[in-house]
Amino acid sequence: MTKVTHVVELDEVVIRFSGDSGDGMQLTGTLFSDTSALVGNDISTFPDYPAEIRAPQGTVGGVSGFQLNFGSNKIHTPGDYADVLLAMNPASLKANLRWVKSGGTIIVDIDSFNDKNFEKAGYTENPLAKLKSGDYNIIEVPITSLTKEALKDLGLDNKSIIRSKNIFSLGIVYWLFNHPLNFTEKYFDEKFKKNPAIVEANKIALHAGYNYAENLQYMPSFRVSPAKIEKGKYRNLNGNLATAWGLIAAAEKAKLQLFCGSYPITPATEILQELSARKDLGVRVMQCEDEIAGICTAIGASFAGNLAVTTTSGPGLALKAEAIGLAMMTELPLVIVNVQRGGPSTGLPTKTEQADLLQALYGRNGECPVVVLAASTPSNCFEFAYIACKIAVEHMTPVILLTDGFIANGSEAWKIPQMADLPEISAPFAKPEDAPFLPYLRNPETLVRKWAVPGMKGLEHRVGGLEKMDKTGTVSYVPENHQVMVNLRMEKLLKIKVPDLIIEGNTESDILLVGWGSTHGHLRTVLRNLEAEGKPVALAQFNYIFPLPANTLEVFSKYKRILVCELNMGQFASYLRMNYPSINFLQFNKVMGLPFTVAELTKKVEEVSKL
Amino acid sequence: MAEEQVLTAKDFKSDQEIRWCPGCGDTAIFSSVTKALPELGIKHEDYAFISGIGCSSRFPYYINTYGFHGIHGRAAAIASGVKVANPSLSVWEITGDGDAMAIGGNHFIHLIRRNIDLNLILFNNQIYGLTKGQFSPTSNFGQVTKTSPYGTIERPFNPGELTIGSQGSFFARTIDNNVKLTSEVLIEAAKHKGTSVVEALQNCVIFNDDAYAAITDKATKEDRQIILNHGKPMVFGKNSDKGLVLEGKKLKVVTLGQDGIGINDILVHDTKDPDPTIHLCLVRMNYPELPVALGVIRAVEMPVYNELVVKQIEDIQSKSKIRCMDDLMNSGSTWIVE
Repeated sequence: MTKVTHVVELDEVVIRFSGDSGDGMQLTGTLFSDTSALVGNDISTFPDYPAEIRAPQGTVGGVSGFQLNFGSNKIHTPGDYADVLLAMNPASLKANLRWVKSGGTIIVDIDSFNDKNFEKAGYTENPLAKLKSGDYNIIEVPITSLTKEALKDLGLDNKSIIRSKNIFSLGIVYWLFNHPLNFTEKYFDEKFKKNPAIVEANKIALHAGYNYAENLQYMPSFRVSPAKIEKGKYRNLNGNLATAWGLIAAAEKAKLQLFCGSYPITPATEILQELSARKDLGVRVMQCEDEIAGICTAIGASFAGNLAVTTTSGPGLALKAEAIGLAMMTELPLVIVNVQRGGPSTGLPTKTEQADLLQALYGRNGECPVVVLAASTPSNCFEFAYIACKIAVEHMTPVILLTDGFIANGSEAWKIPQMADLPEISAPFAKPEDAPFLPYLRNPETLVRKWAVPGMKGLEHRVGGLEKMDKTGTVSYVPENHQVMVNLRMEKLLKIKVPDLIIEGNTESDILLVGWGSTHGHLRTVLRNLEAEGKPVALAQFNYIFPLPANTLEVFSKYKRILVCELNMGQFASYLRMNYPSINFLQFNKVMGLPFTVAELTKKVEEVSKL
Repeated sequence: MAEEQVLTAKDFKSDQEIRWCPGCGDTAIFSSVTKALPELGIKHEDYAFISGIGCSSRFPYYINTYGFHGIHGRAAAIASGVKVANPSLSVWEITGDGDAMAIGGNHFIHLIRRNIDLNLILFNNQIYGLTKGQFSPTSNFGQVTKTSPYGTIERPFNPGELTIGSQGSFFARTIDNNVKLTSEVLIEAAKHKGTSVVEALQNCVIFNDDAYAAITDKATKEDRQIILNHGKPMVFGKNSDKGLVLEGKKLKVVTLGQDGIGINDILVHDTKDPDPTIHLCLVRMNYPELPVALGVIRAVEMPVYNELVVKQIEDIQSKSKIRCMDDLMNSGSTWIVE
């Protein structure tokens, strides 16, 4: 296939695929992302889909989107605004137009642009007329009818034919970016191995879309060169999968059996699904009757000597609160993964937010500290799930790992680590000579107790939620002992060695940006953009929330202005104020169920720099 | 070779002072448990006793096996986790009528539905004891308690009905003051593969004294209780002259020798009948209409959750090419950056 069109070289492109929630936009986006990664671009993706499985067809509420940012530079976010929007119907145009850059290209399935769909989408007239006169490059393609035409001789039913229109669209977009088709063809071969007719239909639709685009005179064509990426073997990975894999990797390293007790909840369910699928690696999973049973089975498994985890989102974390207290009181290792979503209550299940921070830190009865970590990119969910397990096991404590819908569903290229290179995890198991076993006898340095599990001869003992006597573990109501135990449980966690905070960007700047968790990609991009404009700022991104890095105050003391950016109304800022009362913290907050945009962050930083 | 452990009841008593009220039925049940355990041939360190919250849930502190005192209502879930994590353990759940059927009702029914191989002793005193006398899900309709000063207006659960309704594979009932029967029933429960629910009728001397007096009175108890044995006719009474027959869809008490009734006319108890119809009739029997059924009422073989967990993993592992994390991480779509 030779191309005569002029090819424009770009550093970075954002594409948004959008259609009805049944149109297959997530698959289309994922296939495009995989090909982009395979041709050497750096990538970052983010799906945006409704909570309803099949919201009324053609309505704005039912629009499902998938955004991809790929480039020849390091890509940190899925991008604020799209260079290219694929809109399969008027509703998806309406829902996404605000996310298209001025001058951007909009490809629409013109077959769906009819009065019925205008009405469903809430348009009183055809919106394209106005857009064409504006600053957009509108490409109208009769996607549905062309797909039907292409597949008419295959003897498929109408439903199956219509279902292939997303693949026809994918063909168009592949041409647009000079991407090869072979990776996607290979995917069809493997995915539909048992149904050759479907493989053929998809391949024909893909080529038909590609060839159609080639023959369009007014179609632009772009190329994004491969990114300069560190050498190694890579794969595309989303945050939920990364979390599941981090947990399994930790169990393998610690030579412990992994147990997961859990209950499905958006947007955390994929972790439970992946762990359930990993019987090949011996993961024991109980899908329980509720969130409470999820964590309680995990606590039972931990008592029995497994590496136990439970996975959830904000509403589930609320239900698990009492049991987290039990795990903390019995000083058993337990990892609680909270994939945050928009709250409060049921809130915005499929949208992202960082508003469970204070719940994770304090949402329990009594003095109940637990370790709180936050992953900051889709792929480092692996690293922090692993570290959460390491801390839980080595320090005999519950650890809450916070991720969120944005990084859980978002994906990026991930350099595959080798198990041999990951840090050792060593469980403090009791030995026969520890008999008679005193459950709350501690390592004098770390204050960690030993782990004696049923089946170990001579180490029989009892633990539970009642306050226990120091060392012996018998039930105790002695006032002084309660004070001792409360102190010990806190001191134990404060002794955990947490890596120092790293400052990114210009350490000599007046302004320090502070973020935690999933905002890292956006903040880092702000940093890069401002640096390019000669306006250097510094960034401190927190992954360790409790305990905080030891050098935090030292870092904060160096900066005139500290701007804490988070997707809640200021929870981390409040927490920092409590810990560092001498420091003045400015805030930038947003709760719209969406990630920050680089644009709004940059604007805010520029405002602050003028203060 | 490992030394054979010969255990006695004494080997299961911890050094903790028992703090149940004098005369509490819990003490008798505790004694029955310590009598039963040495009979099971299980190593001392392989027992795990898991409880929730309530008077009976203090049990793990008094028995010197591995023990876990959980939170209110969640013993079933915690015990499930222990057993699935390590199926070689002998796991016992200690719970009460409030713990298992009010706050923990959800876990109770799902434990039974899954048929996880553990033994559940439900101490049923028909009252909340540890909070000092409020009605429980098994208190009688109309019962006056601290939170029902004018009588309860809710019907009680029958643990046997709930167990069978949840597709339970094993249900037995015993009474605190019959240590021999309790021990026997517990041994059967331990042998059964699956969730064994043992309801122990237990007298709370302080807040619900004599709740079971009608069936425990020495002079009349043999006429008001029937102790069921698998394969034996359902005969009871001081003179063993009464029996149960099925009349239409209902159980009825008959007297042997009267109206031409002979031993062959009496129902024969079959714990192994998968059809729960007669078992349901038996657990529902109540004095004064009918005698209260004690002993093993149902013991049916059914798929055991924790065994299936292990089997599924073994089956998949025997076929899978992915054997470790390095395999998994390098599987599927990957690319090399030179």
